[in-house]
Amino acid sequence: MTTTLIAGREVHVDEEGFMTVSSEWTEDLAPLLAKQVGIDELTPDHWVVIRFLRSDFAAEGETATLRRISTSAGVPTKRLFELFPQKPGKKMAYVAGLPKPKGCI
Amino acid sequence: MTTQTAPKVPSFMEKKADRKICFICSKGNLDMAYPALIMANGAVGEGIETHIFFTFWGMDMINKKTMHDLKFTLLGNTAMHPPRRFGISMAQGLGGIPGMTRMATWMLKKQIGAQGVPPVPEFLDLLVESGAKLWACKMSVDMMELEKGDMHDGVEDIINVAQFMELSEGAQVIFV
Repeated sequence: MTTTLIAGREVHVDEEGFMTVSSEWTEDLAPLLAKQVGIDELTPDHWVVIRFLRSDFAAEGETATLRRISTSAGVPTKRLFELFPQKPGKKMAYVAGLPKPKGCI
Repeated sequence: MTTQTAPKVPSFMEKKADRKICFICSKGNLDMAYPALIMANGAVGEGIETHIFFTFWGMDMINKKTMHDLKFTLLGNTAMHPPRRFGISMAQGLGGIPGMTRMATWMLKKQIGAQGVPPVPEFLDLLVESGAKLWACKMSVDMMELEKGDMHDGVEDIINVAQFMELSEGAQVIFV
């Protein structure tokens, strides 16, 4: 188990860098995490996705996939790729302080 | 337990060699349509340049007249068993009974739909939205007397084998 400092706070992360203790995440960490994956500014659309991921994880116990976000949160897949370019599933999970999605679709 | 002082950049952000993957879809059965679509969707979501080339019976996957109605048959499939009854084989010859293909298709659609997998036409929309490129095989198009307008709107172009070879240079190629 590794810990890392974000905004002066110690948080637990796995070997890939994803936070492992969901309750250690707070909204003020998101902009800092976003910078690590090349997203300089979190727009309201980013927050729609992040907040959906957080509430869905709390309810379901696993990180939503792109498909689930597009169908349940109503954010089109194309928009998800614009908001979190290249590797949207991993980037959004990382920024939301959640494990990477396990689902295949 | 180790403690780092600098914020940890996730390992998936490490710069790796650009990866490209090409799927060749040559089958028009419903169960043969999904593997490439699911893997291509996964690839494009990992930032991999993704292409899908449709040829021969795979043309049914992008033909507007057939893509909504791909079928699954028991015939020739020895891996059939009743749901969750893995020790019991179903005689694949039962697939010859009228109505059996319709029932098997309905069942497969239901099971795969429960996994959150969209129907084939919608899946193609999703792939195009995500940045995957769809290509139709020129020889198949000519042989089947199709035109670009007959195909899913997301199809980028009709290309010949030489163009596919250029496109797939340096790519991992998966034939389905």
